[in-house]
Amino acid sequence: MAKKPQQLAIDTRPWRDTANNKPFVRIKNVSKKFGDIIAVHEVSLDIYKSELFCLLGGSGSGKSTLLRMLAGFENPTSGTIEIDGQDMTEVPPYNRPVNMMFQSYALFPHMSVEQNIAYGLKRDGLPRAEIAARVNELLALVKLQDYGKRKPHQLSGGQRQRVALARALAKRPKLLLLDEPLGALDKKLREETQFELVKIQEQLGVTFIVVTHDQEEAMTLATRIGVMNQGEIAMIGEPTDIYEFPNSRFVANFIGSANMVEGVVSEDEPDHVRIRSSELGCDIYVGHGVDCAPEQRLWWAIRPEKMVLSREKPAGLHGANVATGIVEEIAYLGDISVYQIALASGKRLRVSQTNSVRGNPDAITWEETVYVTWDEDAGSVLTS
Amino acid sequence: MTTHDPTIPPPRRLKPWNAVERGLARVGITGRMLVLIAPLIWLLVFFLVPLAVVFGISLTSKQFGRPPYTPLLTSEEGTVQLTLHLNNYIRLFTDNLYVAAYLSSIRIAAIATIITLLVGYPMAYAIARAPDRWRNILLMLVVLPFFTSFLLRVYALTGFMRGNGVINQFLGLFGIEPIVMMQTDFAVYVGIVYTYLPFMILPLYTTLVKLDVSLFEASADLGARPIHTFLFVTLPLSLPGIIAGSMLVFIPAIGEFVIPSLLGGPETLMIGRVLWDEFFSATNWPRASAVAVAMLLVVVVPIMLLQRAQGAVVEK
Repeated sequence: MAKKPQQLAIDTRPWRDTANNKPFVRIKNVSKKFGDIIAVHEVSLDIYKSELFCLLGGSGSGKSTLLRMLAGFENPTSGTIEIDGQDMTEVPPYNRPVNMMFQSYALFPHMSVEQNIAYGLKRDGLPRAEIAARVNELLALVKLQDYGKRKPHQLSGGQRQRVALARALAKRPKLLLLDEPLGALDKKLREETQFELVKIQEQLGVTFIVVTHDQEEAMTLATRIGVMNQGEIAMIGEPTDIYEFPNSRFVANFIGSANMVEGVVSEDEPDHVRIRSSELGCDIYVGHGVDCAPEQRLWWAIRPEKMVLSREKPAGLHGANVATGIVEEIAYLGDISVYQIALASGKRLRVSQTNSVRGNPDAITWEETVYVTWDEDAGSVLTS
Repeated sequence: MTTHDPTIPPPRRLKPWNAVERGLARVGITGRMLVLIAPLIWLLVFFLVPLAVVFGISLTSKQFGRPPYTPLLTSEEGTVQLTLHLNNYIRLFTDNLYVAAYLSSIRIAAIATIITLLVGYPMAYAIARAPDRWRNILLMLVVLPFFTSFLLRVYALTGFMRGNGVINQFLGLFGIEPIVMMQTDFAVYVGIVYTYLPFMILPLYTTLVKLDVSLFEASADLGARPIHTFLFVTLPLSLPGIIAGSMLVFIPAIGEFVIPSLLGGPETLMIGRVLWDEFFSATNWPRASAVAVAMLLVVVVPIMLLQRAQGAVVEK
């Protein structure tokens, strides 16, 4: 019975088997300059059919510019964009098999919901009956059957978002681009809509490329995430890869929260690495080989939930992985508590612990001296 | 004991303005009304009263003397008599000159408005889509002609369109016979379009510049070629600007006097000229006043229609 999940994994994750799968969208060495400003720099990216790919980055990271180049609103300064095997670089937006859902939704204010959805179909010159049938189908898909005659300004934010989605899906695009699709919604509505969006994407099998600055959104939606920083792709990977195995200090800091310490390699063996860290006041024992040299300066990042707090000094691993400090702050978040531990070096660690005991009277409290320990594979060694 | 009782608030210090406000409030006058009173008085003194005077004169009859019309009210042995002459208005409908002048004015104003729109729309669009640092300079250029006297600019136009004017001299270089432009309807159209173009461009610009660029992108994204984006998105959304600009050109163009008399020929019949002739050549003040009142009605009706249309478009 072990075969099935494995096969499934290959079927739904074509990027894991690049030899046998042709990418659907192929971005090759694309750069975009606005005057002297480099918005996108030498980005290469392959996206596969039926993927829900998230471009994640802060403002000015170039993620929106990249999306606009896919839609055809901007032309790359250099590089090529291929969609479904066709070079799209010189194709104007109205001839691309691509539709976009705009951040502002960009609904036509002078048209009703139905007219908005039918707009693209009318431009294709479809017969009237066919357009009407398709519009009804889409209204049902986004659960707005009773709102067809309304104007956009008579709708709530969430309803407008759904009209924008329906309009973008109307022409059955091969590729749907979504620019901050949930950005204008409040938190609760956003969470509901996230799952709806994924459901619709799975139902239709359309390839989605979503631009977002919200990492939680990217984590929930994406099959893969491309983290962008200053016009370049910092990392491409599945959400778990990005979170658990960041490839650089930028990614580790950008996604979630991470404790980052500097250290020097003191032992460099094929099966383990020892890092001396004066910031932590102890050695870090890493249970796998790392591509580094003895005495090399590097960084080690660990997530707050990967560490354990205790009052008694734990045994540690190979005389390493135990730091000590004083509890400075405690943030009680209900399910977890986040402790800020001040180490002797002045470095502060954030450690989160699950509140598994109800109203625990013996919980670690302010000003206590505590020990922090972690597993040999709990952190990531970063050389850049 | 005279300790301070905390339940009694300290006496509020009265500013002089508070006293004034309270005094006015007692008579039933609020600050909002005060603000409105100034423009209301202005309108009353400089618009409604003169209009009433003109309307009054239109109901009198011409006579020789000073003033050149019969009095509206006469008193004879303690009884006040009101004499209304309606024949001025009746003449407006029975004399072909007036009807023809009104129709001709509307026609010329309408054609000029359409030409102004066709010329002004691309200019307004280009300014609205120009880079930020260019926009204000271009707008300045649109308004710049207002810095020179209107009369001077109309005279300058005659310099261009005269028989031996700039245009004909230029055409002469290529051996083309001089074209007669002055004293024709063509010259009147040129004059009106040239003079009123800024009134068309400015409201068009304000609506076009506010349009969200992502609407055009959405239209292109959904497969609309640029011409379709213009027809189905840009044009309907700029309708309020089109209506406002057309109103600002059409209404003053109907009553235009200077342009037809300086540039137009004898056959260019416009109500403004008829009005001038009645006042100054025929010294028929009552008839001229009737022409003016009728013109007001001619202008008010399209304003009301346009405002209704505009209200329907905005619909918010």
